[in-house]
Amino acid sequence: MKKEVPLKVTVIMLAAAAAVCAIGVLLGEPQTVFAKAASICLECIGIG
Amino acid sequence: MGKYRRKAVQVVWAALTNGFVKGFLPGTPNLYSGPLKHFCVPGLNCYSCPGALGACPIGALQAVYTDRHRGAGLYVLGYLAAVGLLAGRFICGWLCLFGLIQELLYKIPTPKIRVPERIDRKLRYLKYAVLALLVVGLPFFYRDAFGSGVPFFCEYLCPAGTLEGGIPLVLLNKSLRAGLGALFRWKVFLLALFVLSSIFIYRPFCKYLCPLGAFYALFQKVSLVRMRVDEGACIDCGACEKACHMNVAPCRTPNSGECIRCGECMEACPVKALSFGTGLRKKERIKEETV
Repeated sequence: MKKEVPLKVTVIMLAAAAAVCAIGVLLGEPQTVFAKAASICLECIGIG
Repeated sequence: MGKYRRKAVQVVWAALTNGFVKGFLPGTPNLYSGPLKHFCVPGLNCYSCPGALGACPIGALQAVYTDRHRGAGLYVLGYLAAVGLLAGRFICGWLCLFGLIQELLYKIPTPKIRVPERIDRKLRYLKYAVLALLVVGLPFFYRDAFGSGVPFFCEYLCPAGTLEGGIPLVLLNKSLRAGLGALFRWKVFLLALFVLSSIFIYRPFCKYLCPLGAFYALFQKVSLVRMRVDEGACIDCGACEKACHMNVAPCRTPNSGECIRCGECMEACPVKALSFGTGLRKKERIKEETV
């Protein structure tokens, strides 16, 4: 069986993912998500 | 026992993340618009579901790409990568509402279909194409005459949006019924197709088309939650492979991108050679053994 990926790699990747997410927050992306999610998405439900 | 535990987790999670009861009252559409909608739930759960308390990650990613001030989607991508690194497709098996719905449909007692391996293997790649084209590529690059993008996956494919958002909203609100047209009919047709096929095939949307499952599958081999095979104990009886509805052979490929971590193989193993583990636990075990 193939050797497992070491935990260290997962932790480093997790830190990188958190950093990417944080940059997105600083760029104001959660506001864009909120604007879409808080009202009816007509495209999603098949009307728009 | 384990099977019921997973079902209980799935149901409780679905209720918790869709607990905005006011949204289900008939009259004017009334979606939850509080601060929780800034955050994504880990599974596929339409944010236009009347009860939804969080945002759908696939919808959220497209929302950022189709916005006039198009973003890179770092917030959602980073979040999804973190969830994938922590749990991989464990999310699909335990915390996805649309996955739960398909599983319940599969429980309807009818003869079941096992898609021939040759076809099944090819179809599995479709979900990666859906992720690359309908969720990322087209929403990011395509712009209409007014400069707006189109959330291709949500608009033309996602059956979860029709089932969890479209149909309840249309039933509850008269005003929305006036806007129904060809697109709604197309989406209802697709939904009917998935509902029907889910009765005969185990989680067909998850296997072949779900872009969220495709994204999490990329992290399956490096995620914290992993499956382990005790090679000394395994008697190679094939019971795990037989029990797996996702057509994985857990004793040979325990961290396959297709495994949704439902744990049915662990229950089926007569010698208990399969287990969930984390890198952390392995370290602890080594430590215990050396003491």
